[in-house]
Parts: sequence; structure tokens; C-alpha cells
Amino acid sequence: MLHRYPRRVAIIMLALTLCVAVFPLWGPAVFGDQVDFIQEKLTLMVILALFTMSLDLLVGIVGLVSLGHALFFGVGAYTLALASPEYSAASLWWMLPLVIAVAAITAFVVGLLVIRTKGIFFIMSTLAFGQMFFYLISTSQFAGGTDGLFIMFRPSVTFGETTLLDLSNSQTFFYFCLGLLIVGYLFMRWLTRSYFGQVLDGIHDNEHRMQALGYATSGYKLVAFVIAGVLAAIAGMLAAMQYGFANPVQLGWHTSGEVLMMLILGGMGTIFGPILGAFAYEILLYVYEHLTVHWPILMGLTIIASVLVLPRGIAGLIIAPPWNRKKTPVAKEQAAESVIPPNSIQRNEG
Amino acid sequence: MLTPLHNHNTSSLVNIMKHALKNTVLASLIGTSLVASAMATASEHPVKLGLMLPYSGTYSALGEAITNGLKLAIKEQDGQLGGRDVEYVRLDSEADPSQAPQNMSRLVKGDDVDFVIGPVHSGVAMGMLRMAKKTGAITIIPNAGLEAATNQLCMPNVFRTSHSMWQDSYPMGKVAYERGHRKVVTITWDYAAGKEDVAGFKEAFTKAGGEIVEQIWVPFPSTEFQSYLSQIASIDPDAVYTFFAGGGGVSFVRDYAAAGLKESIPLLGSGFLTEGNLQALGEAGEGVMTTLHYADTLQSEANRNFVSAYQEAYGETPDAYAVHGYDTGKMLAQALYSVKGDTENKEALIEALSNVHLDSPRGPISFSDSHHPIQNIYLREIQDGKQEVVDVAYEQLEVPDDACKM
Amino acid sequence: MDLAFFGVQLLNGLQYGLLLFLIASGLTLIFGIMGIINLAHGAMYMIGAYLVYDLNLRLGNFWLAIVVAVPIAVALGLIIERLFLDTLYKRDHLYQVLLTFGLILVINEVQRIIWGGDVHSVAVPSPFDTSLQLTSNLQYSVYRLFLMGVCLALAAVIYWVIRHTRLGIIIRAGAVDRDMVEGLGINVRTLFTLIFSAGVALTAFAGMIAAPLSTIAPGMGDSILITCFVVVVIGGIGSIKGAFWGAILIGMAETFGSVLIPSLASMVIYLIMAAVLLVKPRGLFA
Repeated sequence: MLHRYPRRVAIIMLALTLCVAVFPLWGPAVFGDQVDFIQEKLTLMVILALFTMSLDLLVGIVGLVSLGHALFFGVGAYTLALASPEYSAASLWWMLPLVIAVAAITAFVVGLLVIRTKGIFFIMSTLAFGQMFFYLISTSQFAGGTDGLFIMFRPSVTFGETTLLDLSNSQTFFYFCLGLLIVGYLFMRWLTRSYFGQVLDGIHDNEHRMQALGYATSGYKLVAFVIAGVLAAIAGMLAAMQYGFANPVQLGWHTSGEVLMMLILGGMGTIFGPILGAFAYEILLYVYEHLTVHWPILMGLTIIASVLVLPRGIAGLIIAPPWNRKKTPVAKEQAAESVIPPNSIQRNEG
Repeated sequence: MLTPLHNHNTSSLVNIMKHALKNTVLASLIGTSLVASAMATASEHPVKLGLMLPYSGTYSALGEAITNGLKLAIKEQDGQLGGRDVEYVRLDSEADPSQAPQNMSRLVKGDDVDFVIGPVHSGVAMGMLRMAKKTGAITIIPNAGLEAATNQLCMPNVFRTSHSMWQDSYPMGKVAYERGHRKVVTITWDYAAGKEDVAGFKEAFTKAGGEIVEQIWVPFPSTEFQSYLSQIASIDPDAVYTFFAGGGGVSFVRDYAAAGLKESIPLLGSGFLTEGNLQALGEAGEGVMTTLHYADTLQSEANRNFVSAYQEAYGETPDAYAVHGYDTGKMLAQALYSVKGDTENKEALIEALSNVHLDSPRGPISFSDSHHPIQNIYLREIQDGKQEVVDVAYEQLEVPDDACKM
Repeated sequence: MDLAFFGVQLLNGLQYGLLLFLIASGLTLIFGIMGIINLAHGAMYMIGAYLVYDLNLRLGNFWLAIVVAVPIAVALGLIIERLFLDTLYKRDHLYQVLLTFGLILVINEVQRIIWGGDVHSVAVPSPFDTSLQLTSNLQYSVYRLFLMGVCLALAAVIYWVIRHTRLGIIIRAGAVDRDMVEGLGINVRTLFTLIFSAGVALTAFAGMIAAPLSTIAPGMGDSILITCFVVVVIGGIGSIKGAFWGAILIGMAETFGSVLIPSLASMVIYLIMAAVLLVKPRGLFA
């Protein structure tokens, strides 16, 4: 996707990144004793941002709406939990490749089956595969069943005898996650602007045309599915590392629904939108939970409202602010093209 | 009501605002004197209880009953613990294990509570306990029955005021054999709580000489029982032992009765099969026998007083969940009294908590080395829509918790 | 497995399958004709059960409660369609998924505010509150037989309406090409409102009629939702015939799966679905 966004997008995102990155400098002054907790929350948001971004590759870029993406989040968490030794730290040097490999294989096998389906069927079959893994883990002896598993030590990052990064330190872990998010973002940008990304964009616009041009579209979609799965698994691994805990709920369909919500709230197909979405969703949830015990109503209404009035999400607001739309019709058009799937009426598959 | 209950539902958000104001604006403009004076009153600050219970969703009724019981116990202490006022920080645990660690972290690091009370759900307990291990926060579990909490995980800062799955089902194994049942089929959901529950029954029943002829595992949380009932009928055992909680329990007992099995094959269960659901069970529940550490019909003075006080305060009959909350409050009151309200010295506080002896509505309670209640288990039978106590199934039963010696 | 046992299980599977069909039919109707994914389907099922529980208490008669509850369900469907779905027909499925996901949160919480978190039940109504003796020690509730009859009758009615009435012709035409039908002077807008309300009512009715056999508890619709999706995907989205046979297949698979291969019981329906998708990615009857 070669859409050029207005300069303010870059400015806002850089400013926000900087703001988050220097949190240890300003956090204590604003949050006092709560700074540790807020930093933990911020770390979680960074992790969820990576997770949401991985889903954007499927939903926003290729146009495949997955309702089972939490499966890969869970694969990352459980690979870490099951492969970690009980009384010592694993090494990240083999843990990360292992997580990537397991996620890639899982995504490849699941992808082979679900890529054959389209539209509603794709949504339904990803949902069902997600639930299949959910039950597999929930009833398993080896994975701790419904109770889940503990990870007692975060993986170590060493070179020879020297510790390069002490991930058990919460500040170091925060920067580690932030670093991975930035790397992930740059990777996604590079990917979507590459030749491969242009083919994906073409599939999104009109798959039949791409097939007619001789592209094996299924292959491209499968590769995208695997990449998205691997990124989600890395996020899942980080989430499990943060709290030292893996639970089947992490791969249930409610998690998949929530991450979709973060995506739409942020603005899909924009790569930077999902990051904003994850942060916005978590902040809203936090505020609502403090307002009332009936917070699910507020959350539900927010979801409904954002679907109805803000389909392009926060990213849409930044790319084409309402007060700016008449002055720059070109930007609006580009924004619309990048955020809304053009062939969005996919009725009567049945 | 003697004194109004001190009940700030303090929101962390407000706290953050306060901090922001206090630390930046006030400190710089007015100077440090105000902050210093705020510090001086710190010792008279209320005791902060962090409640991490379900207030929305499927388990909300349990969360509310526990909270009601807890508040009743503290109200009976004039709303104070160890001479200090009490402040509640309520947090909706939603029965969602994946949220548990961050919720726990919010209470401990964000709201700086003195005690965390929760949860209801065993999966949530795992997530909480992971953080309890990390932070050392004193945690009192008022319901979740997972064995690991006081056994494999074994933490000095973790207490339980309820039960373990094993503790409630083990006595039934003995009772079943004594009542002449030799071949029993067990049926439960294929999840952690069900496995631990049935394991307790099986241990006692086979030790006594009985035989488990079939163990049926129903996928959690399915309530489609017809094919299993047909299977039970064709096996035709002496009795069936079961554990299903909440709506599942009601469904199973009703389907079991509708299949006509109740008359020919007695239904035995762990108490949570029927607890709190008598009305929904209706006629189908009559004659079902369960073992549990409480029954609202217990005739002790402590229980009669508790039941009438609870009915007066909340307009409904308390169940075991309300007692868990009530005993948690009593436990805190006794421990904080003995340390004179000092919550800073954690070691002394933990020592005081583990020495608590209660004359609870459910009978005498003390705490084992693993911080698990030692308590009576009652054999109960539903008669005329009431949970009647038939017998004490096991007196002062201690959970072995072999992996945990503190 | 002896013959009597096999026969009993066959009956169990058939009954469960028919009930699944009743629950899934509303979903597939809305899917097939309007192209709308309704994740709040399970929540409607729950609302139906709670409505009949509440009205049964107030009116003291189960059948009367159903008569009153069905129009309420229709009205609910009408309101949801007009308020929320109207703008979504031309948009991607993604938005329908999210909007109905939001609806689940709202409906579940509203249920809790109105009826609380306790577990309830509805007594089996007369004249069906008797049982048949199946084997020496196993009885079978007559209400289950009645339920099977209701499901079969409804299946026949839906089939007849779609195949043999003018409304059915319009519905089928609307599913294929909405603009064309509109061009013929038929108000598709009204048609969709009608279909959605009917779908919601059908689902809520399933919750009502199944209430005496189920337990009424918060979140009771969530677990049934996914099973319904599997039924609809296997049968072919939008196909009533597919939903019927898909439901029977799943009913049988769950019943016999739980007895014959208990270790895989929770996954057996997903394995079947995966197999179907491998062979026919659009479902068996698409």
C-alpha cells in the first residue's frame, strides 16, 4: 500500500512514541506511587498493539476478517509456558525461534484449510478453529487445562557469560516490548510497500483480477496468514512473559473479538491505526470499569457507536479530520480507499 | 445498624488524579508542609481491602454474596478492623483468567491495598496467585477450590477461608460406602475443578473398598446430558457421584430426575451441585445427597444468629458463599485485633492470621500449616425444598496438602 | 453397545439435532437472505428463555407466557434492525461482526440488571409433564417428544414458506439480487426488517420452548452460539435444508462421540467441520 498519509500522521506517531518511551522520566511525577502499575499497564498496551497490528495484515491489508486470531496469541503464550524449564530461565536465543517456528507451522496448517474459504465462511471457519484449539488446551493434561500454566522465569538474553538484557526488570522489559513493537511496525511498513505487499493490496481490491493476471492468490494469502500468525504469537509470548501466566481464555473467541475491536477503533489497513486502537481500547476499558459495575454496557455501546459513526477509526480522524475534509478532497479519497475495503458487499456466498 | 459502614468505592482513577495534583501542583505551589501533614495521618489511614470478585457476568451472584457476608462481619465490628476504619476497593474480576494478573497488580501496586480478597473462579485464582507470589501481597481466597492454591503453590501470604474440591468430596466417598454402595459411576465436567472433586471422592471410596465402574467426563461447559444419562442407565450402578456447578448442576439434577434415574440409582454429589440453587431445582432436587462444609439449616447458635442477621441486612437466606465472605471478615477482625491494627509488619500479620480460630456459622474453624481451613463437612439431603443436615460426614477434616509445609 | 442402547442414543441424537436446528434456523435465515452475521444470536436465545421464565411467573401459564413473549421478541428484532443494522447492509461483514459483538455485551448486562445473576428453571408444562418408560430403568420425558414435533413442524413451515409462497419467491430473489427486486417495485427495506424480526423471533422461540428442559442462567446463549455457527457452516450458509441436516449431523456426532470417543468429545464437532471445509469449502448443501 503506497498511500501517502499527511505529514501530521508521522508527527503525531513520533510524538506519541517519544512520550511513551520517556515514560520513566515523567511517569513518577504524574502518577506518584502508582507509577509501577501504570508502567505495567503501558507494557501491556504495547504488547496488545503488536497483536492488533498483526491482525491488521489480515483484515486491513488482505481483507480476510479473522475471528480466530487469538489462537496464535495463545500459541505464543503456551509455547513459552510449555518449553520453559521449571526452575531456571530459558534462553531467548532459542525460545524466540521456537515460538516463531511453532506459530508458523500452526498458521500454515490452519491457513491451508481456512484460506480456501471466503467472506462469511472465512470468519466462521477461523472462529471454529480458534475454538477447537481452545478446547484442545482446556481439556489437556499437559497444558494445565482450564487452570492454565505458570512461567516462573522470564527468558534470559545473554552473550556468553554476560547478560545483555535483564528482562525480569520491569523497565527493561518495557523497552524490550516497545522495541519489538517498533521493529514490528517498520517490518509491516516495509512489507506493505514491497512487491509482495502490492500483490496483497491487489487481492484486497479484486482477487479475480489478480488471478486473471496469473497470480497464485491463495499462496500469497497463505504467506500473509502465516506472517500475521507469527507476529501474533510473538505478542502472545510477550504477554505470557509479562505476567508469567498462560490461560486458555487467551485463545478464546472473546479475545479474538476484542482484538478486532481494537483494530476497528484504531483504523484498519493503516498499520499505525491498530497501535492507537489498542491503547484507546485499554484506556476506555480502564475508565469504564471505574465508572460502574455495569461497564459492559458502556463498552458495548462504544463498540456499536464506533462501528456506526467512526468506521475508519482514530486513524481515519487523523488522516482526514472532519474539519479538514472539504479543503482536501484528495486526502479524503485516499483515506477512504485505504481504510474501507472497496468490494465490501459480499452477499450470497450461500 | 450501629455505625454507618465506611464504604468508599475508591476509584483508582480518582487516586491518580489526586496523586497528580498532590505531587505536582500542590507540592510546588503550596510547598511541602501539606504533603508532610498528609503523611502524619498515615497510621490512621483506613485498612484497605481489595475485593477482586466477579460483579458482572455468570458468577456475579457469588461475588455479591461474598461481599455481603464480608461487609456484614465488619459491620458487626462497628465497621472497624483493629481499631481502624475500613476502605473497600472493588474490582470486577469478571471470571476472566487472562485479566487476573493485571487486576491483581492494579490492586496491589495501583491502589496499594493491605489485603486482596478473591477470587471465585479457579482459573482467575491461578492468575492472581502468580502475582501474589511476585508481590508478596496477603491474599485471602474466599471461594476458589483449586488444590494448588494451598498445596503446590504454597505461599505464606496466601490463605483460604472456603474449601478445596477435595475437602468437600472426600467425605462423600466414605459415606457412599457406608450406605452400601459398591459400584459407582462418576460424572463431571472435563476441567480442573471437576477432576479434583472426583479425585477426592474416588480416593475415599476406593480406600473403603468400593469400585468406580466408569468415570464420565463431559466437555466443559456443555449441559447436554441425555447421552450420558442413557449410558448411566445401561451401566446401572449402585449410585452416581457428580459435580457440576451453577446452571450445569441444576441442569444435571433436573435431567437426572426426568430420566427417572433418581428412584433407582441414588444421586450423590459435592455440595456445590445444589448450593444456592434450591429454588431452580424444585421437585427434582428432593432426596439428592451432598457433602459440604456448610448448610444454612445448621442448628448452632452461631449459625442462627448469622442467618437472621444476614436476612435482616439483605432480605435473603445466606448460602455457603456468604459464609465464606463472613468468615473472611471475622478472620481479618481477629488477626488485626491481635496485632493492634498494624498492617505494616507483614510477618506478624501472617502469623496472626494463621493462628485465627473462629466459631463460624459452619462450626469451629482453624487453619492448617498450608493455611487451609480445618472444618467439619456435613452430609446434607434436600427435604421439602430445604438443605437438611443428616449427619456430620467428617469432623474437623484437614486437607493433606503434602507439598506445602510452612 | 446393544441394540436398545443404540436406539436410545439415536433418539437422543435426533432430539438434540432437532433442537439445534430450531436454534440455528434463525441464524441461517438472517445470514442467507440479508448477508448479516449476527453474533448476538445466542443472546436472543437467552432473552427468549428469560422472557418465558419471567412471564410464566407472572401469568402462571407456560403456553400463555409463550404467546405473550413471541411478540416481544419480534419487537426486539424490529428495534435492533431499524436502529443498528440498517446502515450496515452495504458494509463489510467485519462491521456486522463487531456491532453484534457489542450487542452481546449490552444484552448480557441488561439481562443481569433486569433478572440478576441467579440460576432459574421453568417447570415442564402440562399436559406434557409425564414420561415414557424406555428401558427397565430409563424414562423419557414426553416434553422432549413434543419438542421434536415442534421442531419438525417449524422446519416444514419454513420450507413451505420459502419454496411455495409469493413471500418465499421474493425472499429468494432478494437474496440473489437485492437491486433487481427493488427495481420490480418491492420494498426490500421492509422485507429485510421482516426477515430479521422473524429470525430473532425464531431464535427467541427456541429459547422459550427449550426452557423447561434447560437451565436459565446468565451467559446461557454464549455456549450455544458457537455450536450453531458450526451447524450453519457445515450445512452451507443460508441454506435451511443445510441447517437441518447439519444440525442432525452435529446432534448425532455429539451424542455418539461422547459415548464412543469421550477423549475427543469436546472437539468432535470442530473436527467434522474441518473435514467438511476440506471437501466442500462452502458447506454440504450450498
